Amino acid sequence: MTEIAFFGAVEIGLVYALVALGVFLSFRVLDFPDLTVDGSFPLGAAVAATLIVAGANPWLASLAAIAAGAVAGLVTAVLNVRFRILHLLASILTMIALFSVNLRVMGKPNVAILMQDTVLTPFYGLGLPEHLVRPLFVAVVVLAVVALLARFLASEFGLAMRATGVNARMARAQGVETDTHLYFGIALSNGLVGLAGALFAQTNGFADVTTGIGTIVVGLAAVIVGETVLPIRGMAGALIACVVGSILYRLAVQFALSADAIGLQASDLNLVTAVLVAVALILPRMKVRAGGFAK
Amino acid sequence: MKISRALPMAALAVLLATPALAQNKTVAITAIVEHPALDATRDGVVAALKEAGFTPGQNLKVDYQSAQGNPATAAQIARQFVGQKPDVIVPISTPSAQAVAAATRDVAVVFTAVTDPVGAQLVKSMDKPGGNVTGLSDMAPVGAHVDLIKEIVPAAKRLGVVYNPGEPNSVTMVKVLKDEAGKKGLTVVEAAANKSADVQTAARSLVGKADAIYVPLDNTVVSALEALTAVGAQAKLPVFSADTDSVARGTVASIGFDYFQVGKQTGAVVARVLKGEKPGDIPVDLAKGTDLFVNPKAAAAMGVTIPDAVAKRATKTVGQ
Repeated sequence: MTEIAFFGAVEIGLVYALVALGVFLSFRVLDFPDLTVDGSFPLGAAVAATLIVAGANPWLASLAAIAAGAVAGLVTAVLNVRFRILHLLASILTMIALFSVNLRVMGKPNVAILMQDTVLTPFYGLGLPEHLVRPLFVAVVVLAVVALLARFLASEFGLAMRATGVNARMARAQGVETDTHLYFGIALSNGLVGLAGALFAQTNGFADVTTGIGTIVVGLAAVIVGETVLPIRGMAGALIACVVGSILYRLAVQFALSADAIGLQASDLNLVTAVLVAVALILPRMKVRAGGFAK
Repeated sequence: MKISRALPMAALAVLLATPALAQNKTVAITAIVEHPALDATRDGVVAALKEAGFTPGQNLKVDYQSAQGNPATAAQIARQFVGQKPDVIVPISTPSAQAVAAATRDVAVVFTAVTDPVGAQLVKSMDKPGGNVTGLSDMAPVGAHVDLIKEIVPAAKRLGVVYNPGEPNSVTMVKVLKDEAGKKGLTVVEAAANKSADVQTAARSLVGKADAIYVPLDNTVVSALEALTAVGAQAKLPVFSADTDSVARGTVASIGFDYFQVGKQTGAVVARVLKGEKPGDIPVDLAKGTDLFVNPKAAAAMGVTIPDAVAKRATKTVGQ
């Protein structure tokens, strides 16, 4: 693995760490299986890219992408809470609708921002090579998000949100407005995913309607790989585990991309990635079991 | 004795030295997904390189990766290739090309199967790409279509076009059509169809106002193609399509791409870069339409005959 390939994998892992954090909020904290992310990721990319092409400040464009993702999440939450549509189905409805919405936002299937200024442009001229600037920049964003999320989840509102996810009936009995917390949580989750989309568009120079395919799978895999590899107690630990899991997932893809060295071909990529992730999930368990037997 | 021993030694020395002398080049190819057209493009690139004297396994190393439909993986493959510093990276399809172009400013890039390279911001202009990127566009060969229409309907002066103004691709294509038709002495008459149900009305409005009808790559119109060809048969107004698939559904003829040939055309550009030319100095080429489809039965129904010269060139004759 070359240096550029390694830092490329880390960079994309960090971008998807924001997806993993969003998925952690919905699946783990709120116990709400939310597939909206397959639509809110490209939505974030589409909104950011379209605004940047229109001449908007890239920071404002990224904020707009967060807002757009949050609105998408809110739609799913409203469909579920107000109209009692099963959470899984509600999120699928939003996800498929977003495909058309994204085409409307961009006006075409692909918007290029290869030649536009992005949030990263001011940092390219500082002497570091571009393949280091990108992961460093995204790392700073991700660390800031982790710190803010950890503080939020330890606040009174955040604790009530966690209670909503663990036992909604009990939370209601304690006077927690569970609906409000669900609305907010799913919106926040998809806002983070929208930010991930905006960063993906700006680090890769384009937004494309197909960018969303498999986002939920990658996010879930990152959350679970992180939990298995780094079983730290407490919320901050769990958030960091999401980030680590996302980077590990990308490194697994990177190894799979180099699998032609052992006689596998390009079309085996997804299979090899799946096997590597499965191994990462199984190994810690084997260690625990071996330890148990020794006792 | 000395000479007789020296000769085989010298021959051996030459043999051993040859692989070292021949420059070993690396070409890294990536596509967004496995797809018959994209795979054929890749095979064409390799075939053209072989013809240019770069044989895979001897003096050329070919790497190939598919993103299996996932743009995040495409971005990762782009970084991997850039890290390996091959002589040329060949991304197939727009998202793959953009991911590669974003990842490097110095490794040579020859993209292919990209419809609009300027719109995709891969190059600043088609004639002078500049930088490290050039390639091949597979924009529909509208000029060749107009030539074909003139060859089959020599009397045509007014060319009708039915399209949906709500489809950006169609709008672009109609603009190109006006340009190409103007150069070749034809005037374009537009008829808008905002939905499939309007296609028949739009086609009828062209009767008496046009001598032939052209259907661009328009999803709305192509989905209601039969309504259009029915009007063509009634009014003896020959209908031509931009895509070859529609010929089997009743249009007279079309020219399309054989993606293996598109790949070969790309491979020729890759070979030029391998031989030392700068990508920024090579203008972006348009893929040549090499597949000619004709439908003599549809032509007869619409009151035209396909000239022998065209029938002979046809790669596929349908509708019999």
